[in-house]
Amino acid sequence: MLSPINISIESLNLVTLAPMLIPFVGALMILVIDLLKGGLDKSLYVVISILFLALDFGALLDSAGMFSANGIILGVFNVMLIDGIAILAQFIIVATSILFIPLALTNKRFHEFSHPEFFALFLFMIGGFQFMVASDNLILIFVGLETASLALYTLIAMHNRDKSFEAAIKYFTMGALAAGFFSFGSMVLYALTGSVEINQIATVLANNNYADMGFVLVGVVFLLASFAFKLSVVPFHTWTPDVYEGSSAAMAGYMSIVPKIAAFVVAMRLFEFLIHAHIVWLEVVLYAFVVITMTAANMWALVQTDVKRMLAYSSISHAGFVMAAILIGTTQANSALFLYWILFSFTNLGAFSMLWISRQKELPGYQKTDHSFEKFSGMIKTSPMAAIIMAIFMLSLAGIPPFALFWGKIYMISSAVTGGYTVLALVMALNSAIAGYYYIKLIVYMFMKDPIASNVDNSGQLYVANATTALKTIIGFAILGTIFAFLAIDPLLEFVTTFVYNSGY
Amino acid sequence: MLDHILSILIFFPALAGVMGFMINKESMRAYGLSVASIEFALSLLLWYSFDNSVSGMQFMENIPLIPSFGINYILGVDGISLFIIIMASLFTMLGIASLTETPNVKNMIITLLFLQMTMIGVFTALDGIIFYVFWELSLVPMLYIIGAWGGPMRIYASVKFFLYTFAGSLVMLVGMLFMAYFYYQATGTWSFAILDWYRLILPESFQLWLFAAFFVGFAIKVPMFPFHTWLPYAHGQAPTIGSVILAAVLLKMGTYAFIRFSLPLFPDASVYFMYPVAVIAIIMIIYTAMVAYAQKDVKQVVAYSSVSHMGVIILGTFALNVEGISGSVFLMIGHGIVSGALFLLVGVIYDRRHTKIMSEFGGLAHVMPKYATIFGIMMMASVGMPLMINFVGEFLSLLGFYQQSHMLTLLAGIAIIVGAIYMLIAYKKMFFGEVTKEENKNLPDLNKRELIGLVPLVVIAIWLGVYPKPVLEPINKSVESIVQLMHNKATTEDAKMRIPNISGVVISKTSMKEAH
Repeated sequence: MLSPINISIESLNLVTLAPMLIPFVGALMILVIDLLKGGLDKSLYVVISILFLALDFGALLDSAGMFSANGIILGVFNVMLIDGIAILAQFIIVATSILFIPLALTNKRFHEFSHPEFFALFLFMIGGFQFMVASDNLILIFVGLETASLALYTLIAMHNRDKSFEAAIKYFTMGALAAGFFSFGSMVLYALTGSVEINQIATVLANNNYADMGFVLVGVVFLLASFAFKLSVVPFHTWTPDVYEGSSAAMAGYMSIVPKIAAFVVAMRLFEFLIHAHIVWLEVVLYAFVVITMTAANMWALVQTDVKRMLAYSSISHAGFVMAAILIGTTQANSALFLYWILFSFTNLGAFSMLWISRQKELPGYQKTDHSFEKFSGMIKTSPMAAIIMAIFMLSLAGIPPFALFWGKIYMISSAVTGGYTVLALVMALNSAIAGYYYIKLIVYMFMKDPIASNVDNSGQLYVANATTALKTIIGFAILGTIFAFLAIDPLLEFVTTFVYNSGY
Repeated sequence: MLDHILSILIFFPALAGVMGFMINKESMRAYGLSVASIEFALSLLLWYSFDNSVSGMQFMENIPLIPSFGINYILGVDGISLFIIIMASLFTMLGIASLTETPNVKNMIITLLFLQMTMIGVFTALDGIIFYVFWELSLVPMLYIIGAWGGPMRIYASVKFFLYTFAGSLVMLVGMLFMAYFYYQATGTWSFAILDWYRLILPESFQLWLFAAFFVGFAIKVPMFPFHTWLPYAHGQAPTIGSVILAAVLLKMGTYAFIRFSLPLFPDASVYFMYPVAVIAIIMIIYTAMVAYAQKDVKQVVAYSSVSHMGVIILGTFALNVEGISGSVFLMIGHGIVSGALFLLVGVIYDRRHTKIMSEFGGLAHVMPKYATIFGIMMMASVGMPLMINFVGEFLSLLGFYQQSHMLTLLAGIAIIVGAIYMLIAYKKMFFGEVTKEENKNLPDLNKRELIGLVPLVVIAIWLGVYPKPVLEPINKSVESIVQLMHNKATTEDAKMRIPNISGVVISKTSMKEAH
């Protein structure tokens, strides 16, 4: 006979759910609005999404305040874990989303934005990512991951081009494989330790002194492979360039930032305790992943003929660079990860938005793909302002000071130096030099080649064909953030370091 | 105003550059010239208010930028950097003044103003990261100047220039991060301030590695053999103004950085690497002189001769005593004035004939007497004729190194004398003999604009050759303090012996008299 279970509602600490539930409510509201009165303009849904994300941001500020005052917050049967890195990651996710969603207000009409479901799915996805980062329960992480991923596959497919369907199917297949790996890896760890909570797993493993190393190896390898897919670590990266090419430029920029920070946070939770326990083979594997991902992706990026594909490979390389933080495992390195990613989100979203505002519906003859390098020839002569902005994004990605990413880069390399990884620091520095070449290549096209005749005639209309005030505002934010980042580094660094340190990483 | 004169010097051209976008294309040249003249006047004001009796940093500014990571906006100027700053603003002014018909002149002038910001920034920064910021940023305007206004292979040349220097300086950046980390280990706080680093005494094994890391960055910039291959391309393809600024100012960043960073931070390693570096410097002097001799293109002759003279600067720097380092700093000024002027002169003939091949010329002295005179004076200055600017610097550099090694100095001295041959032959080919080509018969002589650019340089080259004291004295003062610092910091016996203790040593006084 079961005895009734008495749980007080206070002990559940439901407030921990607030930031995740807000986007879900928003998504449902969009669906309801559509049911009651269909055929409304996309601007309505954009603004509603922004409003809900702003509320979400407010709720996060609240959690951040609680965290600063009381430390780590647990809730809902200790499944929710609101610690510093969860809050930081959610800040990045929500802020990037707020910057992303106005990019739907394009000049040209695109299929996906005419469906309110796009915005609903978008908000569901954000909620999913938030759940994923704010838990150390492998099951909830899995649920969050799948909620977000399934929504994201659909968002890509809604772009309604041949390549988008291909991209979505490819992403879906790879994602399904990764999900399989994830569940299998979690199963092994559960069998080994009898828990799905990462901190419990860590405790149990540490208590028996990693006796079953073989099983730990199996479990961790599966989890590692699954996150390698999500983070597009070489050799699990093959889907990335195709998927980026198939999605709209704005979506590609978004995908290079938000899913990855979520995956980084989970990877940090999963692998950091193993790194701290000095599991040598994991260090070796991660070391190899980091170096190969950085270098190989850079090499591939060198030979691309399309700017979007080049940026896709470059974002793989950036992910490899940042993954060094998980290998190094010090507080400085983990803070560097968040600092880098905040700065990267500004710059990369800006760069992809620049591609997005130059999106054409029909391609002229000299252009094989949407954003081939030839398209940008002599841009300085026809639209100087756009060319300079694009050049600054490229210089920032290349790590030229004083633009945003430089500061992330030196802090990351410095953490490698302090962590005792001298060779890694040199590899990271030299990889930045290799990467310099392909970013400069776009600058060479824009500033040093002659424009194509048809572009001179319409005085650079091509580069701003898709621009509206909303898009220009977003790019304005991104460029200001990129140029004046040096003013914000100090408070940012202090904030990030406190949060990372106080959550024990 | 004087409290912030360095910040004003750095950011005034940048601000003017941003404002320049609003200026009408027709008025751009006048605008650029006025901004550059104001900047030059400000740099003269800096010299006027500079206190010659102080050996340390003056006009210091300190604004915290990222205090938790030890990065602060620290500026300051001493006798070593003062004249390079003045030279940078002088050449930007003269460069804009003598700018010939250029397509997109507006973009060119804005780029030059930004370049000026980065140049002055490099020579005033006293924080490793701020130094690095300007050092890297200076690549971008130069990339654009070479790549957009250069010759047929301009894109290859500009990208090679960029990547070479970028790769080198990233290695240097890792070295800087190590320095800051060692400082953190020693004191518990992060700091990238150079003056803080000066107080840090590192064990010799660390010094050797860090010296190597910094060396890669600086040696590529100088450029030292065997990292010099980017320079002939860059000079060959760059427009006149690009070559002038590259040779006169940008290359000095490398040699300046040796004196600012490598020597005082790693005195033991400097002594350890003294001979290898000196040998490289002598190879550089001889080898590039021979290459220069084989060139058909007069601009390449000037380019290689410029590399050759950079070898003498390196040799003087690594003499590690007051004469040598003062001489090398003075030679930096001299080299800037002379090679800048020579590139301007090559630009003059290129504008008229659109070729730089020497066999196309001959007998130009009959057609263009003024041009031939100025070219002759500058060529004499370049080969180091006494009473010309380069003589002082070369003499002091060699004198300094003579105290370390007689043989190597002798070798370098002979190399410099032999080096005069290629310049004289180039001059003979271009200016003497009969006018053989029809096109050369009616070439116009120097016009007013070109004279405005060239005459001040001639005056400076002779003035500082005859009476170098006003420049040499502040340089000497600051160099003495650096050498003393190195002597105090040196830990090995060899280093203590090779780096002189200044107090009680009067040798610097006498050598200065000889130089007069």
